[in-house]
Amino acid sequence: MSLPTELCYFVAAILFMLSLKWLASPKTARRSVPISILAMGLAVVPTFIQRIGEPGGAGIGNTLAIVLGGLVLGSAIGFVSATKVKMTAMPQMVGLYNGFGGAASLLVAAVEFLYKTGHNPQGEIGHMSVGDSIPVHLSILIGGICFTGSMAAFAKLQELISGRPVQFKGQHYLNLVLLLAGIGLAIALTLNPLASWHLAAFLGLVAIALVLGWLVVIPIGGADMPVVISLMNSYSGMAVTATGFVLRNNVLIILGSLVGASGLILTRIMCKAMNRSLANVMFGGFGAAPIGPAAATGGTKGTVKEASVEEAAMVLQSSGSLIVVPGYGMAVAQAQHAVRELAAQLEKNGTRVRYAIHPVAGRMPGHMNVLLAEANVPYDQLYDLDQINDDFANTDVVLVVGANDVVNPAAKNTPGSPIYGMPVFNCEQAKSVIVLKRSMNPGFAGIENELFVHPKTMMVFGDARQTLTGMTAALKEAA
Amino acid sequence: MSPEGYWLLVFYVFMLAVAVGVELISKVPPLLHTPLMSGSNAISGITLVGAIGAAVFSGWDANGVLAFLAVTFGTINVVGGYGVTHRMLQMFKKQK
Repeated sequence: MSLPTELCYFVAAILFMLSLKWLASPKTARRSVPISILAMGLAVVPTFIQRIGEPGGAGIGNTLAIVLGGLVLGSAIGFVSATKVKMTAMPQMVGLYNGFGGAASLLVAAVEFLYKTGHNPQGEIGHMSVGDSIPVHLSILIGGICFTGSMAAFAKLQELISGRPVQFKGQHYLNLVLLLAGIGLAIALTLNPLASWHLAAFLGLVAIALVLGWLVVIPIGGADMPVVISLMNSYSGMAVTATGFVLRNNVLIILGSLVGASGLILTRIMCKAMNRSLANVMFGGFGAAPIGPAAATGGTKGTVKEASVEEAAMVLQSSGSLIVVPGYGMAVAQAQHAVRELAAQLEKNGTRVRYAIHPVAGRMPGHMNVLLAEANVPYDQLYDLDQINDDFANTDVVLVVGANDVVNPAAKNTPGSPIYGMPVFNCEQAKSVIVLKRSMNPGFAGIENELFVHPKTMMVFGDARQTLTGMTAALKEAA
Repeated sequence: MSPEGYWLLVFYVFMLAVAVGVELISKVPPLLHTPLMSGSNAISGITLVGAIGAAVFSGWDANGVLAFLAVTFGTINVVGGYGVTHRMLQMFKKQK
């Protein structure tokens, strides 16, 4: 590396850190993307200029075609997908981008390995030291798992495959055997990088990594996807770090570590918000057994109080304070704009409206915040669990829009419940509760929800968006 | 620099980067967790630097195809990641 390029990397690393620092507040967050893009340019452009005509290369023409072709194609796909994607589909889109990052790291490591083991146009017999080998194989393993794991998460969220856990007997043993086989191949290759079987072993390693990523994610249920997406985010960073070790490139090592740390922190926050360990999320198969309608109604302790749209609107009209608790159902019904319209009407009435956002509501960290921001809800009305949970007691009405497990009192008072110990909203402490729900089917986890049969609760069944629009219309008429 | 010295130095860099990362990320509020994820995701597209390096020594052989895919995937990661992050951050507004 030449000194000017190294200096550019140095400045880029500082700018990247600054961009993450600015994400700490919504006031400065908007600046963080331009500065991050600038930093990316500072890392990529000098690399391109410096390396393009490097002696011993395959010729400027070839390199230009490969690099510019990839840049143009990748930019077009990236730009169109980022512009077109709906905010409700953001979790799978972010998952997909993660996967591409992992794949890119895997490919870079693969080229490095092939080149150094003699598969190059110059026919040079290469040399791979132990220090070269270990990061290459790590990058293959982590990048491969990240790629297909993210694809599995995408397929689940896009409902290309079932969102429910896909489980079979001996699954975890199979994964363990595959992982051990992968590590075994990596060790064998590290010790004999130029053995006659190195190409077969290497392809075997790549295949194992790819299969493993898919198998590790399919037994995880849709509601646990916030954890998976965070974890894959972390893997994509770790794969970059490994690639940085391969290429002896500090900027890759530093940035990969930043991203890896970020993903791990989010993973931990998500697990904590469900009161479950990472191991339980990965291997627990949560929500595996869909509970049939018979089982769901069999154990109901109270009676469901069903209300019409107009009745619910009357309760809202006389309320001085309202807390909206959104859940994945709001995303499914695309109801965020209807929520905002209802809130605007109520605010005209003098009602104080706030939103309570659970860390694991939706399918990725911060999913609900993004949807409500899209509907122009000011961010200072969005509250975290800890900020707002003590306020339910002095609130008139709670409006639950497509949330289930995060408002289930069983988490507090039923020790046998699968979600026992998970921090949940104290909805039942408010004066009254309105729950918008498609039907009485139990939520993803298949657990009954006492809140729905609570004496304070009225259930309004139907499509959340239509119900909300109906309530807004009723309020306008009454005004 | 001796190889041992190099690796030692690099591990220092790695460790410090993780420490800085933990410090910076812990301060990001839940409100911005999605942009954080998509933004840091775009940053992981820095592997593009490696992909360009991979392209330099490849003709249009198997390595060249792999390098081309690496550049393409890395660029999708960067452009798409920044694109969605920008779109989301534009939406976060304060009450007027």
